[in-house]
Amino acid sequence: MLRLIAQRLQSWLNLPGETGAVLPALAVMLGAALLAFVFIAFFAGPVTWWERRVAGRVMSRIGPNRVGPQGVLQWLADGLKSFLKEDIVPAAADRPLFLFAPYLFFGGYMATFVVLPFGAHLVATDLSVGLLYLIAISGLVVVGILMAGWGSNNKWALFGGIRSAAQLVSYEIPSAFSLLAVVLATGTLSMQGIVRAQGGWPWEWLLFRNPLLFGMFFVSFAASLAENNRTPFDLPEGESELVAGYHVEYSGMRFLWFMFAEWGNLWVIASLATVGFLGGWQIPGVRPEVIDQSTGWAFAGWQALSFLVFAGKASMLVLFAIQIRWTLPRLRVDQMMIVCWKYLVPLALLGSAGVLVLVALVPEGSPVDWFLRAVSLGLGLWLIIAYVRKARAAYLADREPYRRLEGKDPWYPPYRLP
Amino acid sequence: MVSALPPAVTPGNPGGVRGWVGHIVRTASSILEGLAVTLSWAFRRPYTIQYPDKVEVPVPETLPEAYRGILEVDLRLCTGCLQCEKTCPIQCISISIEKGEDAVRRLTRFDIDISRCMYCGLCSESCAFDALAHSNQFEAARQDISELTLHFVREPVPVARHKAGEAPPRRPRGEILREVLPGLGPVMSPPARDRRAGQGDPSSGEGKP
Ligand code: SF4
Ligand code: SF4
Repeated sequence: MLRLIAQRLQSWLNLPGETGAVLPALAVMLGAALLAFVFIAFFAGPVTWWERRVAGRVMSRIGPNRVGPQGVLQWLADGLKSFLKEDIVPAAADRPLFLFAPYLFFGGYMATFVVLPFGAHLVATDLSVGLLYLIAISGLVVVGILMAGWGSNNKWALFGGIRSAAQLVSYEIPSAFSLLAVVLATGTLSMQGIVRAQGGWPWEWLLFRNPLLFGMFFVSFAASLAENNRTPFDLPEGESELVAGYHVEYSGMRFLWFMFAEWGNLWVIASLATVGFLGGWQIPGVRPEVIDQSTGWAFAGWQALSFLVFAGKASMLVLFAIQIRWTLPRLRVDQMMIVCWKYLVPLALLGSAGVLVLVALVPEGSPVDWFLRAVSLGLGLWLIIAYVRKARAAYLADREPYRRLEGKDPWYPPYRLP
Repeated sequence: MVSALPPAVTPGNPGGVRGWVGHIVRTASSILEGLAVTLSWAFRRPYTIQYPDKVEVPVPETLPEAYRGILEVDLRLCTGCLQCEKTCPIQCISISIEKGEDAVRRLTRFDIDISRCMYCGLCSESCAFDALAHSNQFEAARQDISELTLHFVREPVPVARHKAGEAPPRRPRGEILREVLPGLGPVMSPPARDRRAGQGDPSSGEGKP
């Protein structure tokens, strides 16, 4: 039986070699899929807790704190609860569409893990058109959302589905164009190629390559937030208008798939930005050739280290996305369209055209190149300093009133656990 | 949809390309401003605290005198007039009185179903003898709802017959309740009670004006 399937697969996929060779390959594929799934589960779960803790602090409260020390096991409790809930299918729903939609939604996000490079050699497959694949495959998600919205036979769900289709299709454009700038600067569509075209130190990152790419990073990040329905672009869910949008009729495990994908997706946003602009897994001061030529334990060590570097950068971006969510209010539908078509699309077009010109005119390593890098590094530093100073000013402005009111000092840094 | 709306014009914005750039600059700077505010909150003391672990003073002790917590009845004061039972709009008090062979009326049952009680306070208002009163306790979560029917009478007690002004003083608030409802208080862990030691007597002056 298994052999027959293997034979069929082999002839369909046009794989070379003996028939028997497909079976181990299949096993590896399944294993890799399982690994990706486990990774999503162990990322998406804790990140829900983390997000709620951050949200808590932003709103001057604590957040989940009862399950496990400081509430870290909250996600397990939530997952278990959803698991045990009844899976309700509305009587008027379009059954096959309704039942299948969560998997398509989840599958669309999970498929992006195929090309995400987690480390120097930690990548499922390094497609030569990796970036293109990533942009294309995340289009599957729209189908999933539309199916969920239509299949639920609920007006809120349908609104959510339609909005999301409009939003995702629109924001694909600025997202793809801003990533085009990356492709123009690195000359490759392969994810590993993009990472290898950068370096470990900040001034070797694409982000600080020139001021235009610096701007493109924000365009790309905003567009991918919108593509993934994160606030301030969470119109498809808009709980104040649509209850929960396209997943309003879902319950139990099926609802959990949506949640999984939504938070697993944070990782995709963050890693895409890390790969494209922040130097991916590149370890500062270590050339990738050193990693390639190492063997045995050294090789494994480099892999682990590069993964840590990558995960560190991606986690910072995840934190940034979470903070944005709890800072900005949701846009209106027309504002969302205005932001896309009147601002992000022209910016992305102009930016990538400018990057093309700069890449063509300024050879790497020339004095002008270093000048541009210095300017964008300065821009980044200035932004960070302005950010911290503004935050300090906001804190100081409220310190005295708080002291008078509460008789205590408001100083309570995040590392001090409540 | 988009074209039906008036163009987004902000006061003081010149429009055109300069206006376009102005919008972008404004957006970017206001986002930065907003992020800075939320960042500053990460360094401020949260207004809420972890309940019940980090509560400095047990919450019942901070409640005002007029707080209507779980009811408790002092049987030394109860005359068995049944006013409370009659007043309760939802009949969650049930009292039985039996006259023994020695012609003494005894309370054989004084039950309050606090799972149904809505803490309206009508019963304690109507008690002319200060026997029935609200305690300051409220944390009585139980696995089984039948545990929330409080049985104040353990064994028959003669009804009170005090002359005016001779009645014994009421016991401290919540003390009787603690006897009939074991394990009162926060379910998770005991709060730090010693902090409040010697700081006023919460039992004083219960009751009516
Ligand atoms: S407080 Fe109100 S509801 Fe509760 S027992 Fe007294 S009269 Fe009845
Ligand atoms: S508690 Fe008060 S009102 Fe109720 S029977 Fe006793 S004395 Fe009467």
